[in-house]
Amino acid sequence: MALKVIGPGAGAPATGGCASSGCGGSSDALAHLPEHIRAKVHNHPCYSEDAHHHYARMHVAVAPACNIQCHYCNRKYDCANESRPGVVSEVLTPDQAVKKVMAVAANIPQMTVLGIAGPGDPLANPGRTLDTFRQLSEKAPDIKLCVSTNGLALPETVDELCAHNIDHVTITINCVDPDVGVKIYPWIFWKGRRVKGHKGVAILIEQQQKGLEMLVARGVLVKVNSVLIPGVNDEHLKEVSRVVKAKGAFLHNVMPLIAEPEHGTFYGVMGQRGPTHEELQALQDACAGDMNMMRHCRQCRADAVGMLGEDRGHEFTLDKIETMEIDYGQAMERRRQVHAAIEANREAQRKKSGETFISPTSIKRTRKATRPVLMAVATTGGGVINQHFGHAREFLIYEASAADVRFIGVRKVDLYCAGGDSCGDAQTALAKTIRTLSGCEAVLCSKIGFEPWGQLEAAGIAPNGERALEPIEEAVAALYQELAAAGRLEQPTPVAERMRA
Amino acid sequence: MAFQIVEGCVNCWACEPLCPSQAIFAAKPHFLIDAAKCTECEGDHAEPQCAGICPVEGVILDALGVPLNPPGSLTGIPPGLLTAAMAEIRAR
Repeated sequence: MALKVIGPGAGAPATGGCASSGCGGSSDALAHLPEHIRAKVHNHPCYSEDAHHHYARMHVAVAPACNIQCHYCNRKYDCANESRPGVVSEVLTPDQAVKKVMAVAANIPQMTVLGIAGPGDPLANPGRTLDTFRQLSEKAPDIKLCVSTNGLALPETVDELCAHNIDHVTITINCVDPDVGVKIYPWIFWKGRRVKGHKGVAILIEQQQKGLEMLVARGVLVKVNSVLIPGVNDEHLKEVSRVVKAKGAFLHNVMPLIAEPEHGTFYGVMGQRGPTHEELQALQDACAGDMNMMRHCRQCRADAVGMLGEDRGHEFTLDKIETMEIDYGQAMERRRQVHAAIEANREAQRKKSGETFISPTSIKRTRKATRPVLMAVATTGGGVINQHFGHAREFLIYEASAADVRFIGVRKVDLYCAGGDSCGDAQTALAKTIRTLSGCEAVLCSKIGFEPWGQLEAAGIAPNGERALEPIEEAVAALYQELAAAGRLEQPTPVAERMRA
Repeated sequence: MAFQIVEGCVNCWACEPLCPSQAIFAAKPHFLIDAAKCTECEGDHAEPQCAGICPVEGVILDALGVPLNPPGSLTGIPPGLLTAAMAEIRAR
């Protein structure tokens, strides 16, 4: 039987969402959302998996104070090499933050989104946070404003947020049951008192849910973040997903716990482990029946700048922006042109996919059932395979199956810390990278050196540098077909070969 | 009577806006309390506000030099365990 060429969307189920990032006209897991929501998130790198290949974001760290304590957070810790929420290099005043935003928007025209995410809780610093938004909504009207919060102070701030055109809010909700919450939050600060234990958690949960409902009622898009803590809230997050979806959150982002003793957090010191890649994926899949799941989150710092997964913050320190001359009117025009070019490119990629994307489904009937395969991709953005294996600090993971190609998640290989005495261990960077790619059977990159080639092959991961500059999902689908045609996919999945430390 | 902020403060600003006497101010290397202004929240709040929101143990002391948030009271990490973990990391 000849391979049938299908157009975009042909394989999408009518309801329940399409898990494939390769199906649907928008080439995104958000394809089935109502048009007005898709229009809002179309160029938002944090909300749209497809957009994150093309657009950039920045966070400004204007909000140092926090009103709760989470067991995965330590307010003391700061490290230039570290990338996780709550860590920043310098806290800015609203005026400094506005200046920085204008400078970044002028120099990184792909930037569409400005978020305030900390390093504390933005709404525990309402004056600083709202002043920043107020100034930006006037001075940089083409930038989307977002805020991320633990939700405790959300109900009292909702109306002011709406007044400043904030139409994207992220609430971190790790539980809807105080019995689970007491294992995550030791205390909150509420109405002039530190409230510990059950009582505090119950207030937090109530405020989060109330805030979610209020935002949805006002037409604000709400994403819910949850930290997956094995043995604490892993099973419970399925219920969280159901509850927040029922209340109108449009996207759920389950992130892995980051816990190392070096961070000095409760979980780090007490030896609480984070989830494996497989556990994270299994839970995201389990929640996906109820909810759109976000899988491309990079858990970035509260002062991150650039494309997701990159941080160009060092180019925009206070002393550097001080010397930059910004003509924002001109910058806005340039941004408009750059965005138009990006959209033209996205449209062309979609068209190309529509013409040439061959559904692996078509092979199914001519051959024995083929098993799904995980593949890792090195990319610097643009939606294509364009990064040298050795330069990649993260890999996008795709699952190709007989039915479709779907984006599974992202795995970092610099593991939050690039060096230093406290982080050093005997493993070479390459061995670490290969271990991070466990479960994958191929890695697609623009080029790859001789040494990693051999070691990857030895670990059962086929290196592939032949599809440079091809659109990612097309390349993954094509490689899957090659493997299927070679009869490599008829046996059950080999047990992931784990290299030992 | 006045509280004081000592080394270990992470300059998170949480306490500053809560002080009913505007006694707390940003300084280097860390925030400080103006002893002439601090009332320990007497008459304004049932609990001292700075110590109530401070996320770091042992950095706000009462007039006798006793930490208002002693080790282990906020994070739940047993102090011995924290010391041992840090020693282990340093030894690597």
